[in-house]
Amino acid sequence: MKVSLFITCLAELFYQDVAKDVVEVLERLGCEIDFPHGQICCGQPAYNSGYRKDAQKAARQMIAAFEESEYIVTPSGSCAGMFKEYPGLFKEDKEWRDRAQAVADKTYEFTQFIVNVLGVEDVGAAYSARATYHTSCHMMRLLKENESPFKLLGNVKGLELLPLDNSYDCCGFGGTFAVKMVPISEQMVDEKVRHVEESTADILIAADGGCLMNIKGRIDRKGKPIEVKHIAQILNSRD
Amino acid sequence: MGMKIGDKPFFDRVDDALENDFMRNAMASAQDRLRDKKLDATERDDQIGDWEEWRNAGEEIRRHTLENLDYYLDQLSENFAAKGGHVYFAKTAEDANHYIQEVAKEKNAKKVTKSKSMVTEEIGLNEALEDVGCHVDETDLAEYILQVGGNDRPSHIVVPSLHQNKEQIRDTFQEKAGYTGTEEPRELTAFARSQLRDVFLEADIGITGCNFAVAESGSISLATNEGNANMVTSYPDTQITVMGMERLVPTWDELDVLINLLSRSSVGQNITTYVTNLTPGVEEDCVDAPKEFHLVILDAGRSNALGTEFQSALHCIRCAACVNVCPVYRQIGGHAYGSIYQGPIGAVLSPILGGYEEYGELPYASSLCAACTEACPVKIPLHEQLIRHRENYVAKQGKPKTGEKMAMKAFGVGASTPSLFQMAVKGAPTFLKPFVKDGSISNGPGPMKPWTSIRELPAPGNDNFRTWFKEHKRGRK
Repeated sequence: MKVSLFITCLAELFYQDVAKDVVEVLERLGCEIDFPHGQICCGQPAYNSGYRKDAQKAARQMIAAFEESEYIVTPSGSCAGMFKEYPGLFKEDKEWRDRAQAVADKTYEFTQFIVNVLGVEDVGAAYSARATYHTSCHMMRLLKENESPFKLLGNVKGLELLPLDNSYDCCGFGGTFAVKMVPISEQMVDEKVRHVEESTADILIAADGGCLMNIKGRIDRKGKPIEVKHIAQILNSRD
Repeated sequence: MGMKIGDKPFFDRVDDALENDFMRNAMASAQDRLRDKKLDATERDDQIGDWEEWRNAGEEIRRHTLENLDYYLDQLSENFAAKGGHVYFAKTAEDANHYIQEVAKEKNAKKVTKSKSMVTEEIGLNEALEDVGCHVDETDLAEYILQVGGNDRPSHIVVPSLHQNKEQIRDTFQEKAGYTGTEEPRELTAFARSQLRDVFLEADIGITGCNFAVAESGSISLATNEGNANMVTSYPDTQITVMGMERLVPTWDELDVLINLLSRSSVGQNITTYVTNLTPGVEEDCVDAPKEFHLVILDAGRSNALGTEFQSALHCIRCAACVNVCPVYRQIGGHAYGSIYQGPIGAVLSPILGGYEEYGELPYASSLCAACTEACPVKIPLHEQLIRHRENYVAKQGKPKTGEKMAMKAFGVGASTPSLFQMAVKGAPTFLKPFVKDGSISNGPGPMKPWTSIRELPAPGNDNFRTWFKEHKRGRK
């Protein structure tokens, strides 16, 4: 199966290891991966801040980069969700709207693709730890993808998955929200970290770079002994 | 007082809220409780079938009604008037207050009782009535608590006194109303009840809000739990009901659906204790109904949303389900919004009613987590409307910081120019190297400052993924 990887700007800048894990997991599952070089950022920072025109520029760039692809896979529920917003960005422009729709229709978040398209729930991973999982808002509510990460993590050998209280509450990232509304974001991430601590897990797993960067950034600032991992890192671990 | 709460700038209000531990604990535990109760009465209630179908029905009813608003308003006012009621269309809050003042003067009214009504908070009706010599008593328990406390403002559209705990209420009653009992809710409520008994009996005018008006019969419907609205509307000879112009349904069939959605979504009840439906025109010898019934239908900015991308904000049935799941409201409470309409719906509605100058910051007080959209029983795309507000704010109405505008412009260029983006990716590790310690940045320069003021920023990796991928592919061949 041919898969075009949209790696996300956050992974490209900060989380190259996650990006490599994504490639290796998908290849092991038999995917042939290509990397469209025109890709940059999905445009969400501009879109969510009200800069529609600037978001359209990013969207056009991404649509052009990915429209030849068979499947588009990205290790972020939020960025996949943004691809789904593209048709709405071009309401008045039929040509671009159609192109946007075609791209949106073949876009999948990483775990969603593995479970729903490849039909795989056990990737043969092993990782010994007591972990809890952060359900990111956009993956849960915009992509409506709730189950795939849990199915995959449930089959990781040695991984004990603990429940997380108030898992449905946002971690306080929210893109530019995290830097525009610092005092509110701080309280939100503190509450999230508190619930993670209460879960008694040693590591927190999530499928979105933004949430991870926010929660890990706060955990590290407070010097808490909790590891934070992207789900691709767990799924690419072996005995 | 009106819709606006306080005069402080937004971030000062947020700071005040974040320092108020009492309020914040109250908010968090109220949210957890209300969220669970709502789920029990909706998604988890097998008896009502598929909750999603109820939501679809609610959305359809509201959309149809708003798309034909002029028709149904016409029908409502004709039927209401045909039965002897008086209808007044108020363009502004001032118009509404003026009309009600005139009624009070004509009746030589001195005492007015009110049941809970956010729309009368919105127009500042109590002050307007006091200006013409009326004494106004709030009779909804939460509103009564706020009034006894010295005209405190609502922090939640369904439970206006949500920011106060029982100990604070006890203290207020003791200091201001001669209460001598404990903080036991039952005792506090019994006290309020005893205080209000004579108030009900002596009122000259009773004023209510309106959950829904029914166009086909010219009736108004009130969903309440305390029975006070029934007292307010049965003793005085004159009743005035104030409704937002969008709060109506075509027929009793739609009322049935919406009362279900409202009761279940707001407080997790299958149905509120009382659903009181009132229609003008009573028999001559009737002793427990008003002889005169006025219906004030208020625009006050609502028509700004008609025919725009914000029309569906008028679908709101004021259940506060969005408020009860909002993680921002959870931290800052209601007063920080600076509007009597708080939470996600407040952040959408307040700029529509009061303009961007006053409320333009509210749409940014959201992480766009979409919990609101998911919770809304009539499926208003609240988080999307917050983005539409931001677009308007940026494009024409408000004045976003020019630094941000420049940054977004640069983003637009960067995000559509692969070579520039690659330069940034390749340059970042070198550029940020002086700030990196142990693989992370604690004190970032320029635009990174707000981020690193409370969190670590990961150091940009030295590995270039694109280079790695190219070599990786070559190795696989």
